Amino acid sequence: MADATEMSARSAGGTAPAALQRAFDSDIFYSFRNSPITMLAAVVTLLGFVGAIFAPWLATQNPFDLRTLNLMDASLPPAWVEGGEAKYLFGTDNQGRDVFSTILYGSRISLLVGVGSVLLALVLGVGLGLLSGYAGGSIDAFIMRVADVQLSFPAILIALLIDGITRAILPREAHDAAAVYVLILSIGASGWVQYARTVRGSTMVEKNKEYVQAARVIGRHPFAIMLRHVLPNVMGPVLVIATIHLAVAIITEATLSFLGVGVPPTQPSLGTLIRIGNNFLFSGEWWITVFPGAALVIMVLAVNLLGDWLRDALNPKLR
Amino acid sequence: MADGSTPPGGPKSGPLLSVRNIARYFDVSKPWLARVIEGQPRLLLKAVDGVSFDIPRGQTLSLVGESGCGKSTVARLVVGLYRPTRGQVEFEGVNVTALRRRSELAPIRRRFQMIFQDPYASLNPRWRVRDIIAEPIRAHGLMKDSGALNRRVDELLRLVRLAPADGEKYPHEFSGGQRQRISIARALSSNPEFLVCDEPTSALDVSVQAQILNLMKDLQRELGLTYLFISHNLAVVFHISDRVGVMYLGRIVELAESKALFAAPQHPYTRMLLDAIPDLEMSGRGRTPVAGEVPNPLNPPTGCAFHPRCPWANERCRREEPVAKPAPNGALAACHAVEERRIPEKTG
Repeated sequence: MADATEMSARSAGGTAPAALQRAFDSDIFYSFRNSPITMLAAVVTLLGFVGAIFAPWLATQNPFDLRTLNLMDASLPPAWVEGGEAKYLFGTDNQGRDVFSTILYGSRISLLVGVGSVLLALVLGVGLGLLSGYAGGSIDAFIMRVADVQLSFPAILIALLIDGITRAILPREAHDAAAVYVLILSIGASGWVQYARTVRGSTMVEKNKEYVQAARVIGRHPFAIMLRHVLPNVMGPVLVIATIHLAVAIITEATLSFLGVGVPPTQPSLGTLIRIGNNFLFSGEWWITVFPGAALVIMVLAVNLLGDWLRDALNPKLR
Repeated sequence: MADGSTPPGGPKSGPLLSVRNIARYFDVSKPWLARVIEGQPRLLLKAVDGVSFDIPRGQTLSLVGESGCGKSTVARLVVGLYRPTRGQVEFEGVNVTALRRRSELAPIRRRFQMIFQDPYASLNPRWRVRDIIAEPIRAHGLMKDSGALNRRVDELLRLVRLAPADGEKYPHEFSGGQRQRISIARALSSNPEFLVCDEPTSALDVSVQAQILNLMKDLQRELGLTYLFISHNLAVVFHISDRVGVMYLGRIVELAESKALFAAPQHPYTRMLLDAIPDLEMSGRGRTPVAGEVPNPLNPPTGCAFHPRCPWANERCRREEPVAKPAPNGALAACHAVEERRIPEKTG
């Protein structure tokens, strides 16, 4: 799709500002301005990402720096509840950590792992799916058999396997440092099959259409046809899968962290916070788990709404 | 364009395109395992089985026939979308079928193009018209300068009677006829000499068909184009062709000058097709009603494939496959009855 925009920008013969102006006037931007829900979702998503990226500047304390913690402030309720303190907006946990700050820091890990593994799965899956559907024959059979084998293992098992291998290879400190990347690799590697199957199916439909045959008559290279012609026409369902996968990836990451094979406990993610907070739910300290949970739900919902809008906006027939 | 640059005579005086005994079989058998278990042999569909023709520069050859007779397969074989099972395609005496490497094919690919049947499927819905038309130029690296490229696209849009501003739109913003014009503009953008048109008008309504056909004739005259035209519509074929090949079950049964074919059809199948054209004058001429259907190509009849439907078929037709032989009006007809002059001349 980047190709398509690049192409239309080139065809306009415009320079960078002209291309920017065209993007601003484009149909996609128009449909964006006409959908309040989409704009809200975009704002929420943006806030989430900004909060995660700029956590060290936005948070009131660094919850993982033990010197800033005060055990006297442990288990305080949210600021607006009786007994709450103004500087701890969403209250504190049993170690005196500000829940608001832990959410900001936690969403950092969650989003990094989520986005990273979705990107990995997307590139891997879309690439293999395109190749499989376009080439057909024995290449297709081989890739799809690998996908079948992959699918017969649960994602968590694959993640445990990859984590085990890296644990055996790397020394402890190096493993802790690489934990996030191991997670991205594990979750990404177990998620590509869905993309590959979807893209393969749509590719098999698209490759028999006459516009692909026209490109073959022109004599374009098969890879150029796959990337320039087929890819933009099969990306719609991929975007929808990617948004749902983002939520799944964040949840998988939380599960793995709970099992002790995820990120080290010194850097808990959003999922880990929910898990930890669960232990205090029955003792009445609901805020420790509810606020990270709400943050996760709102974030995932906003991303999903954006994905839905993008699917409609990128399909010229629905404009 | 092509006229001006090509000197007459010399090695280029032969036909521009020459198709020699081309055939394409499709393997339609069940998967290997199912076939072995059920003990069935391989099934081959002979979509095209030994077709030969020449097209001189600047002329139009049409292939007509009922659905499933293999005419579209011939078109795809000629442009290289299918590899022939046997036979060859020669472009200016060069055997294109033998060229495998992309670098060898590229200079020839630039010189022929194809127009497809369905104007709704033949343009990528996510590309702007300008990029669609410019694709052959970019693919062959014919113009490096984007300003020149834009001017060329504008010129092409005007050539097919569209406005240069239409280049910024997407294909779905156009009607079927306009889309077919865009297809033609794309096909012309690399300055080809030879166009394969696979039923370019069959998806359009009648008034638009006429516009597109006239446009194609005008362009042929202006640019000196050579056409291979595929159609099932005899009126369209009569309008556009210099010569016509009638196909039946993967073979050409009659190949003749357009005028001769329509005035005095030789092969019984051609006669049957022409008799099926509605006739507003109600001349009451003797008609042979269209009888029967095209046989299953997986299991074609013995001898002449047309004999089950032919009113003049005899024992020889059922036994022996006819070969193309010159008929009285200068046509080539593959028919025993024509050869033996068994068919009575038409009255009225």
